[in-house]
Amino acid sequence: MKPMRSLALSAAVALAVAGGAQAQDLTKVGFVYVGPIGDFGWTYEHNEGRLAIEAEFGDAVATSFVESVSEGPDAERVISHLAATGHDLIFTTSFGFMNPTVKVARRFPNVKFEHATGYRRAPNVSTYSARFYEGRHVIGLIAGKMTQSNVIGYIASFPIPEVVRGINAAFLAARSINPDVQFKIVWVSTWFDPGKEADAARALIDQGADILMQHTDSPAAMRIAEAEGILAFGQASDMAEFGPNAQLTSIIDNWSPYYIERTRAVMDGTWTSEDTWDGIADGMVVIAPYSDKIPGDVKELAETARLAIAAGELHPFTGPINKQDGSLWLAEGEIATDEALVGLNFYVEGIDGVLPE
Amino acid sequence: MDLTIAILQGLIIAATPLVFAAIGELVAERAGVLNLGVEGMMVIGAIAGFAVTFETGSLLLGVGSAVLCGMGLAAIFGLLTQVLRSSQVPTGLALTIFGLGLAALWGQGYAGHSIAGLQPLHIPVLSELPVVGPVLFSHDPLVYVSVALVLATAVFLRWTRGGLVLRAVGENHDAAHAIGFPVVAVRFAALLFGGACAGLGGAYLSVVQTPFWAENMTAGRGWIALAIVVFASWKPSRALLGAYLFGGVTYLQLHAQGLGVPIDAQYLAMLPYLTTIVVLVLISRDTAKRSLRAPACLGKPFFAST
Repeated sequence: MKPMRSLALSAAVALAVAGGAQAQDLTKVGFVYVGPIGDFGWTYEHNEGRLAIEAEFGDAVATSFVESVSEGPDAERVISHLAATGHDLIFTTSFGFMNPTVKVARRFPNVKFEHATGYRRAPNVSTYSARFYEGRHVIGLIAGKMTQSNVIGYIASFPIPEVVRGINAAFLAARSINPDVQFKIVWVSTWFDPGKEADAARALIDQGADILMQHTDSPAAMRIAEAEGILAFGQASDMAEFGPNAQLTSIIDNWSPYYIERTRAVMDGTWTSEDTWDGIADGMVVIAPYSDKIPGDVKELAETARLAIAAGELHPFTGPINKQDGSLWLAEGEIATDEALVGLNFYVEGIDGVLPE
Repeated sequence: MDLTIAILQGLIIAATPLVFAAIGELVAERAGVLNLGVEGMMVIGAIAGFAVTFETGSLLLGVGSAVLCGMGLAAIFGLLTQVLRSSQVPTGLALTIFGLGLAALWGQGYAGHSIAGLQPLHIPVLSELPVVGPVLFSHDPLVYVSVALVLATAVFLRWTRGGLVLRAVGENHDAAHAIGFPVVAVRFAALLFGGACAGLGGAYLSVVQTPFWAENMTAGRGWIALAIVVFASWKPSRALLGAYLFGGVTYLQLHAQGLGVPIDAQYLAMLPYLTTIVVLVLISRDTAKRSLRAPACLGKPFFAST
């Protein structure tokens, strides 16, 4: 499958590049996507950010993108191709693009790179991510209140800190208001495979889950929840179209303000390597409209939490919190540091199952 | 018990796209043509099935269009490799890329829409039987079509004159040609059958399993189908077994995780592939068995001597 993919990619890069070789003062912005734009989840929202750049700057910028780039050797080839073809700013939008991005950045010191969800920076490599866990806290509260079976199904992709953080945040929030709630977590080892995501959703429902959460990119789980008559939370995009009855709300990634700001910085010559980690307060994490299925008091609970997070009064990881093995992680009132959250690689106490290494 | 029944039901759903794609490719390969474009034909079937169902509201038309579109792609492959004699491997790879791109283009307006999807049949008496009812007699019609197709293919290849001709063409096209069999026509027909099946497999994914349309939604199932054909050593019944085994282990490992089996998810995710390799090793130990051999003319170009 690899050679086929790279062929397709080279063609895509050639096309993308052919589109943009014009005037000197034109700022060229390139995007590398891990999935197809049509995933209606993760990559879709990054592309919305790209379109926002075009809308904001009009003819002063030219954007190009390569979609469905696998997180392996292909990524390095695609990134360096974009860098070699006059792009001033390149966004690589998946965790697995981290090492290729840093490697290519070393060879192209004049090109600015922005890597999403990673932690390796360089003078010309910034990192950015969203505090999705803040959104997970809100949906965890709703799930804890609304579950009848006390089993929440969670479809997870890969055991990276980003995903583990989300599971812990949602679980802690749910447990805080419902001591009987349990999470069943299924790792599908893919970001995007609608068939497998649907299978995972079916498996979780068979095992008694009546609310689904997902950290994968397609709306497949939402479709299954709708068909089976249970509830679910959307991921990355508003997935209400796929589950008009099933969706309770969705955590939306809103990259547009950040993408516009960073493009402007490149145009002004004020771009510097930074580490951005914004959340609900900055509008990078948005909670989609609540479903009518959510009772008024639960809505109020969720909304109070959302506003408290936005105001900086509430942190989803506030002690006392124990690790899964029962040892102490955060003492009473202690708030997790960003360093601790960035490297989070364990479940908190109460979650069943083994976290894959 | 309820969980076991649910697992068996889910397993069959997960495996059915693979059954379709594998049986189609198996017939093409028995005729001596290696079509690596299964993934492309599947994905075009997926979008055709979804788009036409969405536009017309008729699942029958949707599935029919998926079959036709799969055949259309297979016809392009047949024209290139059988008539114009291009090399089969790169042509098949190109067909996959073409199919993925064309499906993405066609599907632009359809991402984000939903259809009702194909509903399970309710067969009087049979569906109500305990255990057997829900596991075997409560599926959507396409599941039965897939099993019937495998049976029909097995009978055709083994016991009919047409099947004999097809196998002869795959084993020794020069001899078959010398006897007077139309090698190119037979291969073309086999390819069209393969395309129709792959299209059906894709449609199953988009109108039953998920049911929605997303780009690249086949996610490599076409390649797995190709592996299943080898795994099956080109026998229809084993292809059915292989598809169920692969789909089953894939589905079971999801359940095992939900049940909290204390094994790392990565190992569980490896299971379908490991099983495939282990079974391949086991069945190929007995190298003396003639039945394990690939069709002798598989992938070889045919030049008619005059």
